[in-house]
Amino acid sequence: MDTNQYLEVFIDESTENLQVVNDRLLDLEKNADDLSIVNDIFRAAHTLKGMSATMGFEDLADLTHKLENVLDAIRNEQINVSTSILDVLFDSVEALEDMISDISNGGDGKKDVQAIVGQLKAIESGEAVGENESPKSETATQLSSDISLDEFEQTVLEEALSQGQHVYHISVSLAEDCLLKAARVYMVFEVLEQSGEVIKSIPTVEQLEDEQFDETFDIIVVSEQDDEAIKAKIYKVSEVKDVQIKAFDSSRIRSEEEGTTEEEVSATTEAKPEKESEETDSPKRQKAVSNKTIRVNIERLDTLMNLFEEMIIDRGRLEQISREIEHQDFRETVERMTRISSDLQNVILTMRMVPIEQVFNRFPRMVRNLARDLGKKIDFQIEGAETELDRTVIDEIGDPLVHLIRNAVDHGIETPEKRAASGKSETGRLILKAYHSGNHVFVEIKDDGGGINQDKVLQKALKNDIITNEQASNLNDRQIFELIMASGFSTADQISDISGRGVGLDVVKNTIESLGGTIEIDSEYGEGTTFSIKLPLTLSIISVLLVVLKDETFAVPLSSIIETAVIHKKEIYKARGREVIDFRGNIVPLVHLKEVFAVEQDQDNADDYYSVVIVRKGDQMAGLVVDSFIGQKEIVLKNLGQYLKDVFAISGATILGDGEVALIVDTNALIK
Amino acid sequence: MLETTSNQSKMIVFQLKDEYYGVPVDTVGSIERVQQITRVPNTQSFIKGVINLRGVVTPIIDLRERFQMDAAEFTDQTRIIIVHFDGKDVGLIVDSAKDVVDLPEDSIEPPPEVIGSVEVDYIRGVAKDNNRLLILLNLEKVLSMDEKESLSTVD
Repeated sequence: MDTNQYLEVFIDESTENLQVVNDRLLDLEKNADDLSIVNDIFRAAHTLKGMSATMGFEDLADLTHKLENVLDAIRNEQINVSTSILDVLFDSVEALEDMISDISNGGDGKKDVQAIVGQLKAIESGEAVGENESPKSETATQLSSDISLDEFEQTVLEEALSQGQHVYHISVSLAEDCLLKAARVYMVFEVLEQSGEVIKSIPTVEQLEDEQFDETFDIIVVSEQDDEAIKAKIYKVSEVKDVQIKAFDSSRIRSEEEGTTEEEVSATTEAKPEKESEETDSPKRQKAVSNKTIRVNIERLDTLMNLFEEMIIDRGRLEQISREIEHQDFRETVERMTRISSDLQNVILTMRMVPIEQVFNRFPRMVRNLARDLGKKIDFQIEGAETELDRTVIDEIGDPLVHLIRNAVDHGIETPEKRAASGKSETGRLILKAYHSGNHVFVEIKDDGGGINQDKVLQKALKNDIITNEQASNLNDRQIFELIMASGFSTADQISDISGRGVGLDVVKNTIESLGGTIEIDSEYGEGTTFSIKLPLTLSIISVLLVVLKDETFAVPLSSIIETAVIHKKEIYKARGREVIDFRGNIVPLVHLKEVFAVEQDQDNADDYYSVVIVRKGDQMAGLVVDSFIGQKEIVLKNLGQYLKDVFAISGATILGDGEVALIVDTNALIK
Repeated sequence: MLETTSNQSKMIVFQLKDEYYGVPVDTVGSIERVQQITRVPNTQSFIKGVINLRGVVTPIIDLRERFQMDAAEFTDQTRIIIVHFDGKDVGLIVDSAKDVVDLPEDSIEPPPEVIGSVEVDYIRGVAKDNNRLLILLNLEKVLSMDEKESLSTVD
């Protein structure tokens, strides 16, 4: 019950709740009249407040509390939703996010939020006059305790009472000879959490856990169940000697209350406390999720994967042995094991997949803020947020997407005036879309903005010496668009006047290529631009073509292969001292992998045919000459370790079925 | 000098030609028999390649070549000592590896000017142990890449 062990859960859940607040605020902006949205926001904010107060993050709880007050006023139609109010609400969400990210980085979540709190207060007091009628029908019996409650706890209790729940003050005494007091306390808490919510304990949870109490401790609990039921449940915990249960005196809470909490009471009559069993209109996914998932450190999954690979290697050996000894039962068992391990592999791989939603979530608000700052109107839509990707890819893809979306908002979509002048609707459309196709995930960012002005791009590229005049006349549309991603194409301060993009797009391109992906641009001047990113489903498993050079095996990533060919020596020409082939009308230079990798040449000329793997990098191609092809294989990508960091034309290694290491060819390094 | 906290250092002793060397036992992950080594092209000649060490691709250095000794065929005695150093895992091919010895801290002396065939650079110190001279390696230098030998890369 040390709060630290809950920190991770707290961070995750707070982030989730903030996301709900965020998403629903965006909805609210579109449907200002829909008060059910406000209810959702309120609930999420409320949960957040509860959690942060429990965890002792006062600033966080405080700000959420103020936020809640405003939301409440909106819900009770004391305040009308306006853009300025929403701006303040968004600012608060941002501040909350900052705090949580501070906490997750090991900070204390403190932040100066006076300004925002002030604004929230102003909004609240502007129209919200506190209603004083507060439902207080709860039985107030004798209270024999000196438990003092802070503002937050009072609020929670008020709320619970107003919803007709019971608040109990429970005194539990443990047997004198109880050895594991902390364990018993834990069990009691667990029982109580099942039937309600523990608001406070005397001594504190920490002290209880450290066994810093005698035999008795006091707890305040909110529950729907009656006292006898709870009492009976607690008695089921061993070594509990005595349980005293009383209804908590609500009048005592009232006496310490302030104006703000009063409003709260009327405010929260509809809201359910967070741990409440779900019913009616709130399908609380939080609870459903926590029942079905556990959080696992990705390193453990990596370890699992490593162990599994070792098993695969041994499986290969077993298969070998079973062929040799020709034993029927043995062979069948090995075959069965082979099937099971294939299934196992799929399970392990899917465990590492997470929805891209995690990355997409932060964009709506970002777009909103950008649009506001730039004075543009944008209708931002997300499709396919449930598309799953390997965790490692998810971690890397966020920044490039931020970049592209910023670009689209900043340079792609025009100002309302300009749009109106060119006959478009004033509101620009920006679509972010993800979908699966084959072994890849596609992410598209599509805007209906100004598009890319090819002439300006060409001029700029010429000016910056990225291309020559001669080249410029031979480029097709797509090649011209790709120029904006060339390094050295533009710098931030110059680009805005080219209807265009280009700010650090080379960085985006590099990141995506380093992930084994590609990025393409499609644009129609005046109509809009689409960036399409193609990403591998996972970084750790890739498809390769295994090739042989003398007695060494190398792997060439399938993603860069166009096709394989067997070419007669007569079809090889010399151009500027280099061997080239005519491949479907393109002149493709040949690269002898044996030379590149310094493999001993055996008797050359033995064969009149070359086995060639045609690979590409962007629009350039090369033919890699190998001795023979083995075939396609899914392999697990491994790096060469810290010691061998930059080996020319080798991007990594993999372990083959027989346990041998094969190197993976970095074809990009071979194409100039 | 080696381990300031204790006055005894445990050393794995291995042999190269007729000389004895020592590496601290806490830097050694395991000692392996020679297995299939995959050559990594375009690296320095003493880097023999990589092996599959229980699922981890591990680079292998031939210490004889590293110290510019004459190459030798692998025998039954040949071992690969896997060392961790500075976040790197590297295997060192040695002629044989058998002993673990306890060296008193004060028996370790700074390296003399010239010793055996190994350049002083790689040596942290020498120690006497049962009538044999033990050369203690400075792993940092042994594993350092920025050597005089230029990297033979393909353009």
